[in-house]
Amino acid sequence: MYNKSTIIPGLILFVLFVTFPVWFNGLDAGAVPKPEMPPGGQKQCVLPAAEMRASHMQLLNEWRDNVLRDGNRVTVEVDGKEYRKGLQMACMECHTSQEKFCDTCHVYASVKPYCWDCHITPEAAAKKETH
Amino acid sequence: MDKQRRKFLKIAGASALAGIGAPALVKLTAGSAYASTHGAAPAHGAAPATGHAEAAPTGVRLGMVIDMRVIADHPALLDKAISSCTEAHNIPDFAGDRKNEIKWIWKAPFGSVFTEHSTSHLPKMVQDTDFAVLCNHCDDPPCVRACPTKATFKVKANGIVAMDFHRCIGCRFCMAACPYGARSFNWQDPRPYVKKYNPDFPTRMRGVVEKCNFCGERLALGKEPACVEACKGTGAIVFGDLNDPQSEIRQILDREFTIQRKPSLGTKPSVFYIV
Repeated sequence: MYNKSTIIPGLILFVLFVTFPVWFNGLDAGAVPKPEMPPGGQKQCVLPAAEMRASHMQLLNEWRDNVLRDGNRVTVEVDGKEYRKGLQMACMECHTSQEKFCDTCHVYASVKPYCWDCHITPEAAAKKETH
Repeated sequence: MDKQRRKFLKIAGASALAGIGAPALVKLTAGSAYASTHGAAPAHGAAPATGHAEAAPTGVRLGMVIDMRVIADHPALLDKAISSCTEAHNIPDFAGDRKNEIKWIWKAPFGSVFTEHSTSHLPKMVQDTDFAVLCNHCDDPPCVRACPTKATFKVKANGIVAMDFHRCIGCRFCMAACPYGARSFNWQDPRPYVKKYNPDFPTRMRGVVEKCNFCGERLALGKEPACVEACKGTGAIVFGDLNDPQSEIRQILDREFTIQRKPSLGTKPSVFYIV
């Protein structure tokens, strides 16, 4: 191999540089976020927690299309409790805090959903009242 | 040599003619096939949409009759209707700033509402009264055709021209297409200008177009639109199915002389006015 003396250190430097985020954080992904459980003490969600964790975004999109496109606003009934389809009208009735619930994981996973550009959180509503 | 060239040109010419002629031939034969099936099934009673004939209406088509005689007598009714709409839909109030103004239902003088009508020698009532204007929820909405993302669309079940704010990219083609000025653009974040939040309805964000939605969300709960409810009992605004001959709105339309905005455009507005 020609230029062994520059290529090998170069490769090592490249690998080190690319894996910087991994070793810089000490091979640790940081503390796993602990979203706040509903302050109202509700235990039941529209789907099992694991499914909600994995696919709440699909469910929200489905609800959006049901409500807006197909005019299907039929409530979802789980264990005798009725939920209206909507982020504001179902999710945030129990999970009242965007900051303590939604944002914990979103910040950790570095995803930036724009739900709350339009949808009003109970916090925002309360803030408006006191103005 | 010469003989071969002559032969080549003949073949080339013949195949070019065949190539040009073939589609016409196919069209002709296909056309006669359609004609024969049409002739064999004369049971299709509805005449094809030719000239000014309108296809028979099907399904629900929600519409509105605004009785300006009532509103002229009680101008406060219209203010009440506008404020109840504002509250129901988190509409920002820019306090007279025309550029930022968001309009769902608003007031305008006769001349700018009915631009196709003559304004000479109008009765005093018409001159002095502000007309209630809102999205006409046209049967053939030009805004829907203009929208490149299908963010605005006609709901099949009830004829409402609805919007999905999630999909709106803020191109404002719909605003250019709407002949009634019924659409407004959020030039800035509307939230600080919303007086009081309705927690069951979202606000909008910067860069989104919005308009009256005939209170689709309230209709789903079995309620009347906010403006109709605000005028309840006065008959100022009547709401209902234009395709149902038994509905209250149809009985009013059958009885009274009504006008629509810019009928010559062929958008078939669902909002009628009694002046």
